[in-house]
Amino acid sequence: MTRFLLPAGVFALLVAVLFIGIQRAPEKTVIPSALIGKSAPAFTLPVLGSDQQFYADSLRGRWYVLNVWGTWCPECRNEHDTLLEIARSRALPVVGLNWKDDDSAALDWLEQLGNPYDVVAVDREGRVAIDWGVYGAPETFLVDATGTVVYRHVGPLNLQIWSREFLGRLPRASAGGGL
Amino acid sequence: MIVLMLLAMLLMVMPRAQAIDPVELEDPGLQERYRDLSHELRCMQCQNQSIADSPVGLAGDLRREVRELLLAGKTDAEIRTHMRERYGDFILFRPQFSTRNAWLWLTPLLLLLIGLIAALRVVRQRAALAPTDNSLSDETSGDSGSSGRSAS
Repeated sequence: MTRFLLPAGVFALLVAVLFIGIQRAPEKTVIPSALIGKSAPAFTLPVLGSDQQFYADSLRGRWYVLNVWGTWCPECRNEHDTLLEIARSRALPVVGLNWKDDDSAALDWLEQLGNPYDVVAVDREGRVAIDWGVYGAPETFLVDATGTVVYRHVGPLNLQIWSREFLGRLPRASAGGGL
Repeated sequence: MIVLMLLAMLLMVMPRAQAIDPVELEDPGLQERYRDLSHELRCMQCQNQSIADSPVGLAGDLRREVRELLLAGKTDAEIRTHMRERYGDFILFRPQFSTRNAWLWLTPLLLLLIGLIAALRVVRQRAALAPTDNSLSDETSGDSGSSGRSAS
């Protein structure tokens, strides 16, 4: 009888480990950002539809949201209404990072669907996206007033996620408004 | 026929020959490092492929990043760190040994050890239960023909 105790025990342990693994599987499919707790990568990029440049460190001193999008990305279309709602609420500045896209397509898109962004920086070649560890669109980053990345959401935003993961991380007395 | 099948199988397991990347670096030393690194780095979009094998845009961008870092004189270790800083450990197909990864590397060894110990114990138990050799064979060889009565 005791001969079976050891293999049975090992088996039970294995079952427990695998069961816990299966339970945790959904959160494991999304890769956590390697930037959480680190400084948001600095960048200078052209502004969409303008010959001006956008300097990322001009945002230092305030919380903001960086949204990575492209007209080629269907899920970006899905979250667009949420972004418009967020912009309307004027809770935080929303900076758009137009990723690997075409300027005129992007301008048409914003004109037809509405522009939720305070400013759109054009990352045509994807170098800035790599610095931010972007691996798909849409992705949305939350950066605090010290320039530290606080959170990243992969996939389309909805108001639930916005409220829980973004607004929920703001300090009580955060300033609202756009840039 | 068998030769054909073997040939087909051989072709299927030669991924490097089918790599997607059309770009090559002029310096052969850099090119070799570029090839090796490209196979070490995971395409974060198609997560089971390396950036060498993946056709998607992000893989091309990451390959370009590797090329530029190589041309800027970075070492392989610096390039791996550069990627890990941005994408985390997951971008390396071979996760580097660290306190967090330690259990990942050690668990298979541990399980192997447990398995070996268990196997040894089973073998020893079997050996203990088996009848001891000499006495029985002596009786039968010395008593051929006898039905078990003691020889008189």
